[in-house]
Parts: sequence; C-alpha cells; structure tokens
Amino acid sequence: MNNIWVVTKKELRAYFTSPIAYVVITVFLVLVGFFFYSMISWFNNQSMQMAQNQYSYQQLNINQMVYNPLFHNISIILLLMLPLLTMRLFSEEKKIGTEELLYTSPLSVTQIILGKFLASLIVLFAMLVLTGVLSLFTFLYGNPEVIPILNGYLGLFLMGASFIAIGIFFSSLTENQIVSAILTFGALLLFWIINWASYSAVGFVKDVLNYVSFFQHFDNMTQGILDTTDLVYYASFSFFGLFLTHSVIQSKRWR
Amino acid sequence: MIAVEHLTKKYGDLLAVSDLSFKVEKGKIWGFLGPNAAGKTTTMRILTGYLPATDGKASVGKFDVFEQPNEVKQILGYLPETLPLYPDMTVTEYLNFVASIKKIPSAKKKEAVGKAIKVSGLDQVKGRLIKNISRGFKQRVGIAQALVHDPQVLILDEPTIGLDPAQIIEIRQLIKSLKGEHTIILSTHILAEVTQTCDGVVIIKEGKLMASGSLEELTASFRTKEGAVVRVRRNIQDAAVLLRTIPGVEKVNREDNELKIEWKPGQDLRDDIAKLILERQFGLLELRPMAMSIEDLYLKIVSGDVEQ
Repeated sequence: MNNIWVVTKKELRAYFTSPIAYVVITVFLVLVGFFFYSMISWFNNQSMQMAQNQYSYQQLNINQMVYNPLFHNISIILLLMLPLLTMRLFSEEKKIGTEELLYTSPLSVTQIILGKFLASLIVLFAMLVLTGVLSLFTFLYGNPEVIPILNGYLGLFLMGASFIAIGIFFSSLTENQIVSAILTFGALLLFWIINWASYSAVGFVKDVLNYVSFFQHFDNMTQGILDTTDLVYYASFSFFGLFLTHSVIQSKRWR
Repeated sequence: MIAVEHLTKKYGDLLAVSDLSFKVEKGKIWGFLGPNAAGKTTTMRILTGYLPATDGKASVGKFDVFEQPNEVKQILGYLPETLPLYPDMTVTEYLNFVASIKKIPSAKKKEAVGKAIKVSGLDQVKGRLIKNISRGFKQRVGIAQALVHDPQVLILDEPTIGLDPAQIIEIRQLIKSLKGEHTIILSTHILAEVTQTCDGVVIIKEGKLMASGSLEELTASFRTKEGAVVRVRRNIQDAAVLLRTIPGVEKVNREDNELKIEWKPGQDLRDDIAKLILERQFGLLELRPMAMSIEDLYLKIVSGDVEQ
C-alpha cells in the first residue's frame, strides 16, 4: 500500500505543481455552475407557473427536474475532461525516459498502475466534492431528497473511475499525449452511444449492446436506483482498463 | 559480483546480444566498450531487470536477475542513457521520490538523500527545479539517483555523454571515488575513459563478446611487438640508417620528424638506442616507449584483426 501511495503522491504533486489540475477543475466547475444555474432558473420559472395550480405544484420535484439532468450534463463534461487528466500518466513517463527509473525500481507494475489510478481518482473526487457547494442553495431554499443525490454522485464517481481506467490504458499505448487523449475520447464516446445500435438489433445482441453502454447504467443511478448490476459494470470496466494497461506494459518489455 | 552467462537477446529477428558471458569482481570498475549498436545498452537493461533476456543467465550479487528481480533491483543503481528526471521537481524532491520507490525506510530517507546530494556535489542546486539546472548538474542528479539507496552495484550507461571536458573529468573523479564500496559497470565509447577509470574492460561488437579482462591482461595478450619513438635534432636520415644496425632492431620507420623503432618483445633496446644517438651526436630530443594504447587495442579488436 505504501508503495502505491508513493506513486500517487508523485502524480498528485505533478497535477498540482503544474497548471493541469487547476485548469481542469476550474473549467469543470464553471461549466457545472452554468448548467446548474440554467436548470435552477428553469425550475424557478416552472414553479412560478405551477404555483397557480395546487395539484401540479405537488408534482414539482427538484431531484427530477434539476439534479437528474444536471448529473447527465456533468457526466458529459467528465467525458471531455478526464482524458486530459489521464493522457499524461504513462505517455509522459515514456517520452521523458522516466519509465526506465520506475520499471527498474523494486515497485511492481501493478503498484505503479494503481498509484496513478488512485491519483486521478483523488482529483476526480475533489472535482465532484467541489460541485457539492452548489447544493447548498437547493438545500437552503428547497427540500431535495439527499439519498438520490448521493446516489447520483456515486454514479458519477464510478463512471469517472472507468473513464480514468480507459484513459490510463490509452496512455500506456503511446508516448504522445494528444494521441492518448484523442483515443480515449473516441473510445469513451463510442461506449457512451453504443446502445443506439441496439434500436435496430434484436435478442442477445440488443442486450449486450445495452449492457456495455455507459449511458444505460448511469441513467439508472441518476434516477436514484442503486443496482448491483451497475456497480459490477463500473467495477469490471475499471478493472478491465487497468488489466489491459498491465498487459500492454508487460508485453512491451517482453517483445 | 556480476556474472553473465550465455546471454542472448533478440528483438524480433534482430539479434542484439548473442551468447555473451563475462564476470565482474566485487569493488571493481569495468568498462563496457563497443561501437554504436553493439548491444551495450541492451545488456545493461537486461542486468537491471528492465528488459527480459531471450536466453541465458545473469546474476547480480547473490540474486538471479530473472528469478529474483525485486531483490536485484534493491541492490542495484542504474543510470540510463536518457536521464530519467522529472523536470518539474526540485533536486531534493526528486531524490526523495527515488528514495521512496527504492523502499528506503522513511526514518533513513533524509540521511540517504543528504548523502547522495553531498557525494554527487549537488549542494548548490538542491532546491532548484531540475528543468532549470545545467546539463552537468542533471548528469550528477542522474548519478545521485542511482546512488541514493547505497546499492552494491552501479550500472552507468554513458555517464559522461554530452558534458564539457571539465565536467567529464569531474564525473570521472566522482565515479572513481565510488569504487571499492560499489561494483561499477559503465558503458562508453570514449576510450580514454576506460584507461582512466576502469580496472577492466568488456569489448563487444554486434552483440558478441570480442574480449574481456583487466586492462593489463588485454594489452599484454594483444602485444606482438615493442618499440620506442625517437626524435633527434639533426641528420634524421643518417640516424635512421644507423639505428637499424643495432642488434635486435627489426624495423625503423620515419614518420615526419619522428623515428619509430620496433623490436621483438621481451627485450629493452632503449639504452642501446640512446647510447648510439649520443655517441654520434644526433642530438637526442625525445625517447619514449611506444605503448600499445587502448585505442590500438580497441581498433584491433573491433576491426576484427585479431581472433581471440
């Protein structure tokens, strides 16, 4: 564990002594803040209108009308931002030659990968926690339900973790950070929309396409549904990404 | 301390190292010499556990490189050809990081880093970012990095490449000062480096071992003739003719204003030569032994003149 933490600390230092982490977090928060503001204004308008009618006023639900779309928006922003966090993790080591130091140290490849994964998770966690400030307003002036919100955040975190794992995999493939980021975007987008193909598919193929898509699982979590299928899905996706990274690194050295 | 037996490494179809065997004793500095693409870096990478070998055995200390890679990595310091430095760290931060990944307990880390800084002469730059220090200091950071966990074995891949002459001398002195406590292998294609710093040498070409041994052994085994170089003040032509009459002298060649005199090994004709020149009053300016230099040796071996 200590060995993993050594790598994590180094990566966190790299994130926070360079502008990367600050830029990513700031841009992320600005965008999330903007979406939140638009949702809330729209919700506000709706409330004004519905206040005329006692029955429909009861139907207003801030969780469904603000948080649900907000989580979807955040997930898209993460899809665009997280590849920028992960692109350097292995590519840079390869480019500047420090991988020789890492792989000739007594650390195992698994420890190195987990250390880097953990560092990105911590940045992701910080990003999500900071958006929590926005919820202060909804709790001050309204009464949203807490559990579904936390569930949505859990969904964002787990999905972000699988994004990061995929990003780390592509970073291990190339020494060019741009290439690594673009490949990650491509792969994530594809997995996001792969369920579109399921409209025309039938039977088993349809089920598979639906299952592998990020969207389906995330949608459940924003609705406040906590299903082990979704948890297993994200966990296995992260594991798969990290496992592939391990194979890539090992095979490169054995070639 | 380091033993390599029948080591072979193929990259696809390309044979990088072929059936290489050599040994390095504890506390010695050995030079790893060869033209570009001879397989020096590949061999070093295999010894450090960075690359696996296709075939053969290698051990460092008591440990087998392939069976116990982590134990080997623990007792081995490695300076790769491309310096493995993080430009955005300060020197101290960087060495602290290296100390951590080399599993130095945190209680001893400060002392280890302090010692590495002192030994490598990094005191004046220790707080600066690595990207802002000069090439010579970067090289020293590279060496400090290899030293920080006080390894028994140091493997240095071209430690003086890209340095100015003064820095080269400093780094060589630094390496020499590490001898004894550490067993060192360094690769280079600067021949003078080998004569000045190394106890022995392994010469490889196209992945194959051409020669290995201590410098004295090697020069002795490749020496087929001895000789002296003479410079005189006047009548160089006459001197050449007369010198040829000394019993034992095989050949006298004139090169510019020097005479190269050769004789069979096992005797020393310098007294006779000096006596003749003084008696005939040619005016002796210089008389020096014609040593078999490492350069001759290297060229001879690498060009394939000699089959060992």
